[in-house]
Amino acid sequence: MIRGPYVRPVGRYSWWLSQPRYIRYMLREVSAAFIGAYILMLIVGLLRLSQGPAAYESYLTAVLSSAGVAFGLITFVFAVYHSLTWFRVTPKAMPLRMRGKAVPPAIIVGAHWLGWAVASLLILLWVAV
Amino acid sequence: MRETIHQLEVLRYDPETDTAPHFQTYAVTCQEDWVVLDAINYVKENLDRTLSYRWSCHMAVCGSCGMVVNGEPVLSCHAFVRDYPEKIRVEPLANFPIERDLVVAIDDFVEKLTSVKPYIISAEERPVESGENLQSPEQLAVFKQYADCINCLLCYSACPQYALNDSFIGPAALALAHRYNLDSRDEGRSARADVVASNPGIWECSFVGACSEVCPKDVDPAAAIQQTKIASTVDYFMRFLMPWRKQ
Ligand code: SF4
Ligand code: FES
Repeated sequence: MIRGPYVRPVGRYSWWLSQPRYIRYMLREVSAAFIGAYILMLIVGLLRLSQGPAAYESYLTAVLSSAGVAFGLITFVFAVYHSLTWFRVTPKAMPLRMRGKAVPPAIIVGAHWLGWAVASLLILLWVAV
Repeated sequence: MRETIHQLEVLRYDPETDTAPHFQTYAVTCQEDWVVLDAINYVKENLDRTLSYRWSCHMAVCGSCGMVVNGEPVLSCHAFVRDYPEKIRVEPLANFPIERDLVVAIDDFVEKLTSVKPYIISAEERPVESGENLQSPEQLAVFKQYADCINCLLCYSACPQYALNDSFIGPAALALAHRYNLDSRDEGRSARADVVASNPGIWECSFVGACSEVCPKDVDPAAAIQQTKIASTVDYFMRFLMPWRKQ
């Protein structure tokens, strides 16, 4: 028998466009870039604050410009998508067993949402006070 | 029974005459209860005896009939023709070299599977007199899901990491390593760690999760890999915190 296996080429940069599930994965990964940029923006804000009221005012104007708000909104959507997909996979990465039985995934996911809600509430309260 | 005519576009490759694969279309009258494998068998028996493909059990057990049907890796004996449009495109599993037509070369997988030592390892040899190596139903339940793998390789076909990276051990082999690591009778975790907890092992996985989506047996290899990542991270830190602790 003659063997001459044929290796199909894979697009090193285009592979992720070939299936919707790969695109969803890339969106999850790219969300980190937006969240990272947002954190950088907050750090710059601190820096501007330390430089006095005039510097901080101009920073605020930039953040509240239409481009700044658009960036904030996009980042928010990405952050929610990231959290959603992350919480959804937590039962896979951290399956719990109690008294010999698997804890239902919905409970693990629910506990994460609950923790997130409580943490957000505490931070809001802290800011308000 | 209702009959429908489907255009079966099959990727053909003959290593003796072809330099590249090409599609060949067969018009097949399919019964309502046919799976894609039935349509391919029909082609083989009635239209073209040169068509090569693998199958055996026709009941989603042997794992040999994996193919990419309309872009999705499936067991062709488990994919009903009635769920597809008129045109059905059948290709060999992705990410493996094509041996001939729908048959792929799986040598790389077999080598990787062997490298994770997918069998029970005991620290000391157990003499026959010591009796059975008992396990409770609760202990079995811990890994049962990972033992359901039928080596169909749909997960490898779906995995972009395996597509891009020749050295990646891949989903099914890592899930099997996890299955034995979790087995109460096994003591081989550190013997497997060299391969499993290495870069080509779990750390090449970026958690796309496609493997688990296509797995016909709900093995969830992506979960197995993430759990192994956590366990080996804990191992790593424990070595510093408690060097005296046995692995
Ligand atoms: S893990 Fe699932 S998809 Fe992968 S080889 Fe095993 S049964 Fe097939
Ligand atoms: S023929 Fe055995 S799994 Fe399909």
